[in-house]
Amino acid sequence: MNNSKLSKQMFALPYAILAVVFVIIPLVIMMFTAFVDGNGSFTFDNFLNFGNADVWKVLGRSFIMAFLTTVICLVLAYPTAMILANSRLNKSATIVMLFVLPMWINSLLRIYAVKLIFEDMLGRGFGLVLLGMVYDFFPFMLMPLYTILANMDHSYIEAAEDLGASPLKNFLTVILPLSVPGIISGVLMVFMPTVSTFAVSDILGNPDTYMFGNLINYNMEKGYYNLGSAYSIVMLALIGITTLIANRITAVRGGKK
Amino acid sequence: MAKVKVGDWDKIIELKDVCKSYDGKMVVKNLSLAIKRGAFVTLLGPSGCGKTTTLRMIAGFEEADSGTIFLEKQDVTEIPPHKRPINTVFQKYALFPHLNVYGNIAYGLKLKRIEETDPNAPAGKQVKTRKFTRAEIAEKVQRALKLVGLEGYEQRDVTSLSGGQQQRVAIARALVLQPKVLLLDEPLGALDLKMRKEMQLELMEMHKKLGITFVYVTHDQEEALTMSDYIVVMKDGVVQQIGSPKAIYDEPANAFVADFIGESNIISGTMIEDYKVRFLDTDFKCLDKNFNKNEEVDVVIRPEDIKITDVEKGMLEGKVVSQVFKGTFYEMNVLAGDYEFTVQSTESRDVGEEVGISVKPNGIHIMKKMLVANEFVTEMDSDESIDINGVSFNVFNNGNFRQGDKVKASVSLDDIILTDYEEEGIVGGNIVQTVYKGSYFQVQVAADNNCDFWLDSDDEWDIGDRVGIQIKPESFVLEKITEEEAANE
Repeated sequence: MNNSKLSKQMFALPYAILAVVFVIIPLVIMMFTAFVDGNGSFTFDNFLNFGNADVWKVLGRSFIMAFLTTVICLVLAYPTAMILANSRLNKSATIVMLFVLPMWINSLLRIYAVKLIFEDMLGRGFGLVLLGMVYDFFPFMLMPLYTILANMDHSYIEAAEDLGASPLKNFLTVILPLSVPGIISGVLMVFMPTVSTFAVSDILGNPDTYMFGNLINYNMEKGYYNLGSAYSIVMLALIGITTLIANRITAVRGGKK
Repeated sequence: MAKVKVGDWDKIIELKDVCKSYDGKMVVKNLSLAIKRGAFVTLLGPSGCGKTTTLRMIAGFEEADSGTIFLEKQDVTEIPPHKRPINTVFQKYALFPHLNVYGNIAYGLKLKRIEETDPNAPAGKQVKTRKFTRAEIAEKVQRALKLVGLEGYEQRDVTSLSGGQQQRVAIARALVLQPKVLLLDEPLGALDLKMRKEMQLELMEMHKKLGITFVYVTHDQEEALTMSDYIVVMKDGVVQQIGSPKAIYDEPANAFVADFIGESNIISGTMIEDYKVRFLDTDFKCLDKNFNKNEEVDVVIRPEDIKITDVEKGMLEGKVVSQVFKGTFYEMNVLAGDYEFTVQSTESRDVGEEVGISVKPNGIHIMKKMLVANEFVTEMDSDESIDINGVSFNVFNNGNFRQGDKVKASVSLDDIILTDYEEEGIVGGNIVQTVYKGSYFQVQVAADNNCDFWLDSDDEWDIGDRVGIQIKPESFVLEKITEEEAANE
C-alpha cells in the first residue's frame, strides 16, 4: 500500500524537475531582476515606468484586443460546437477533427498565411490582427465547448422539454447554464495567450497595434532585462487575477444557485 | 367479416398501429393500445421489449415511424413534448444540477401560461393568458413538496440529496404542473429494496389522491402486480396481454406471459377431452375446455399451487433435487419424470427424498401452443399436388417428388389466405376461434375435410363465419419422409 503510493508519486518526478528548472527558477530570477537596477542594487524604479501614460495605453490595447478576440471566438464557436455536438451530424467526430486540424500547423505559418491572403484586402492594422488572432485561437475555444456540449446528459434537455420549455427557453435556462464551465475554460484558453502574444501583431500589425507582449519582447531583446521583468510580473499578476475571477464564477455555477 | 369494435371507456391516450424502428430494427410493431382516464397502467416486459420506446413516444421524445397517437381524441403524433400536457419522471431523475430544489420544481411553473376569464373585459378579450405570480409559484412548490414529504427542502442543493429524495423532487417537479398524464420510466430502479417498497406505496397513494392517469414502465413484475390497475405485457415490440394484475397472473394468455409474471412450471401436454389434460404420462383434471381432442398444449403450474405429499398420496412421483429456505417458505426443485418442477412449500424435505406431487384442478392452466406452422403428413396425389384429408392442394415441385411419395408439408401461419366467399377457396370451413395477439389475430379454421388450419390475420373474423381457404403452391414447404416416419406421426 505504502509502496504503491510512493511509486505513483515517482511518476510525477520528471515533470516536477522540469517545472522547477523551467518555471520556478526563471520566475524567481524574474522576480529578482524586476527589483534591481543595472548594477544589481535593489530598486522600485522599474515599476515607476507605469507612471507613463503610453504604457497604460499599450496595456489597455492588449486587453481590448484579447477581449474582442475572446468574444468573437465565443460567438463563432458556440453555435459551431452545438452543431458538432449533435451526434446525428457528426457520427464519428470527423468534422470536429477537421475544425481542430489547423492546430497541427505551426501557429506562425498560419499567421503568415493570413498575411498573404488578407494583407492586400484589409491592410496591416487592428482589423487584420484581430482576424489573425481569431483564426489562430478559434480551436482553443471550440474544443472545451464541444466537449461539454457533446457530453451533456440529454435527459436534462428532455426534462426541460417535458416541463414545457420551448427550444429557445431550453437553451437559455438549461443548455447555456450547464455549459458555463466549458465557456469559462474556452475563455481562459483564448484570453490568456492573446493578452500576452506579440507574434501576431508583429506580423499583421502596424505601430498602432503595438501590444503589451511587444513591449516586453522589445525590452528583452534590447537587453533591458530589469524593465522587461517588471512588465512581465505585472502581466502575470493581471492574468492571475482574471483566472481567479473566472474560477470563482465556475465554482459558484457548479455549486448551486 | 367484422370490424374490430372499439371499447366504450373514456380513453385519455390511444395509440393506433404505431411502429418505431432504430437502425432498421423494429422495436415497436403495429402497437395499438388504449389507456383509460385515471388508471394506473403499467407497461411491463423484459429489456428491449419496446416499453420505454412506447412511453417516449407518448411523451413526444420519439417520433413514431407510422401510426397515430391520440391524447383526449386529439392527434398529438406531431406535437413536440413541450406542448403536450404530459409530464415525465425520468429513470435517472434528470434534476437540473444548476438549480436547487425550489428552482427545479418551479421550473415548469415559471414557463406555464394560464388562461383567465375577465367578465368585465370587452367581448372577445375576456379570456387572457398570464404567467403565475411569484406568490402562486411559491405556494404551489410548497404544496408539491408537502405531497412528496420534503417540506423545508426548498433551498437544498439537488446533488446533496439521497436517491430517494431526488426521486421525490422529480415526482414533485412533474406533478406540480397538474399534467393530464404522468409518465414514469422505471423510476424506482435505482433505489434499494426497502426504499422501493416505500415509494411504491406512496406512488399508489398519490395516484389515488390526485386522480391523474399514471403510465408506469418497469421490468419488475412484482412492482407491476402490486401497483397497477391494469398491466400491458410486452415482448419484442408486441403486446402479449392486457389485463388486471389478477387476470394476468391467474390466466396468462401464453407461455411467455406465464413465465414472465411470477415463476411458472411450463410443461408440454395433450388435451384428452374437456376438463382433462395429460402430461408426464399422467391424466389430470383441469378447468379448461374447448380444445380440440388431443390438441398439443402448454400446461402452466405456479410453484405455490403444487403440494408436496408422501409418495403414495401424490399424483406424480418425484425426487427432491435441491431446497432453499426463502424466509417464509422453502423453494425446492423436484424431478418428476424428465421435468424438474419448481415448488414452494411450507414444509421442509430432505434433498434426495422421494416425494409425491399433487396439483388441484384450479392450479392447472392450459395454454394454446404458440404455433409457427401448420404441418401435414401426407402423400403426393400427383407430381404437382398433395392430398390433405381428401382435398388436393397444388404444390410447387422442384422435381424431387413423385406421385405416391410420403411427404411432410408445412405452411406458415402467414401464408394461409382466408376469403369471404367459401367458393373462392380450395376448401371451405368455419371459423372456430380467434386469439388477439396484440397486433393481429390468430385464427383457427375447421375445414370441411375435417382438418384444422391455423393462420395469422390482420382482420377480425366472427366465430362461425363461413370462409374459403387459399394456399399458394409455393407456400408449401415439402420434406420427403419414409413409410415408418409417416406411420409414426
